Amino acid sequence: MKKGLFFLIPALYLYLSPIFAVTYNSEPKIFVQELVDDAVKSLSDKSLTEEEKNDAIEKIALENVDIKALGLYTLGSIRKDLDENTMNNYQELFQKYFLKSLTSRLTDYSSQKFEVFNSEQKSSNYTIVNSKIAESINSPEVKIDWRIYTKNPQKPLIRDLIVEGLSLARTQKEEFASILNSNNNDVNALINKLQEFVSK
Amino acid sequence: METKKIQIILYSILLNIFLLGSANAQSENECFEKISRGVFKFNQGFDNIILEPVAKAYNKLPEPVKNGTGNFTSNIATLLSIPNHLLQGELRSAGHATGSFLINSTVGVLGLGNPAAKMGLKNQREDLGQTLGAYGVKGGCYFVLPILGPTTLRDSVGMVIDNNYLDAFARVTWHEREIKSISGTKLDYVGIKSAEAIDFRGDNIINFESLEKNSIDLYAATKSLYLQNRSKKIQNETGTDDDAWGDLDK
Repeated sequence: MKKGLFFLIPALYLYLSPIFAVTYNSEPKIFVQELVDDAVKSLSDKSLTEEEKNDAIEKIALENVDIKALGLYTLGSIRKDLDENTMNNYQELFQKYFLKSLTSRLTDYSSQKFEVFNSEQKSSNYTIVNSKIAESINSPEVKIDWRIYTKNPQKPLIRDLIVEGLSLARTQKEEFASILNSNNNDVNALINKLQEFVSK
Repeated sequence: METKKIQIILYSILLNIFLLGSANAQSENECFEKISRGVFKFNQGFDNIILEPVAKAYNKLPEPVKNGTGNFTSNIATLLSIPNHLLQGELRSAGHATGSFLINSTVGVLGLGNPAAKMGLKNQREDLGQTLGAYGVKGGCYFVLPILGPTTLRDSVGMVIDNNYLDAFARVTWHEREIKSISGTKLDYVGIKSAEAIDFRGDNIINFESLEKNSIDLYAATKSLYLQNRSKKIQNETGTDDDAWGDLDK
């Protein structure tokens, strides 16, 4: 009986954890503001260790960024030619790569003041939320647009950040395309590069 | 007279190559990637040893000094924007730029202040590369120039013509031609352009560091950012509509 309980507790936790996950407002504009406030709060919390801060950011990203779609988008048309095994391998590494670079990027910008000021529904699938990072001593004001995927209106997901008109997803896609082009479209070359980055 | 003829012939040849290139090449094609990657590495070295340390020191200067430098170099750049607004048929923007230059050069004390912005005058930067882009000329192939950085065939030809004909500041300083008893030297030109580069680099310390840290191919990331930025400037827009996302939703 005791042994049964021992297994039951983690199983219950896994089952119930989505209920306890932080959920944000489904209105895209409020969703972005709440999410960024939450991320900045975690990053500036002095009681947390670096590892705990990274874990908090990763949790927010895993729940609110469409990492799978982002991985497919950045892979370009080659994604149609990959077998399931290679694709799973790529997606797993891409997720690690994305989370590592996201945490690093957010840490770089977390000390600056952030404000959401507008949003525009582009289609039933997409809403663009406009925000800005206030001017600081070493940086001018930066405009950031968020491409929010709203196919499920109850669960908006971030698909891209457009900084001063420059799409991060597109930059990533072209970076990956360059690696693929110089390696005869061999996806393993890209996977190796991602592995190198993740292990750094 | 003879030099002028040679110049015209040279430009005609360049323009022909350029138009051929633009007709056949996509803007993302490389002219000579291996050389460009080498030049990019050289530029990174130059940035690490000279530009970045100078920009970091510049960032420690008092805010009014930095703002004054930024305003001063932006005001001078307006001299190039005005003819390019006119060439694009943007009379309103040309009026704004002219008004901005006149007000900032006088009320703004030689451009150190920017009272024109407070009066609602917009001063958007334009060059011949953007003008040609607005005419529908594609970028042609992409390459990297030493010190000057990323460019395309269209933008580099535009830069040469801007420097020789359209930019009044370059004509007075780099070409040492006197206009209405205003004169200058090559050193003035290099000094102002260096100040502009340092001001830009100082404004983007975090962005450069973040890009360098998070790229798995920095050369390709820089190329993508350059081409996106030029396209955005040519279309005079801030947003992006990348429909390749649409494929994923089908």
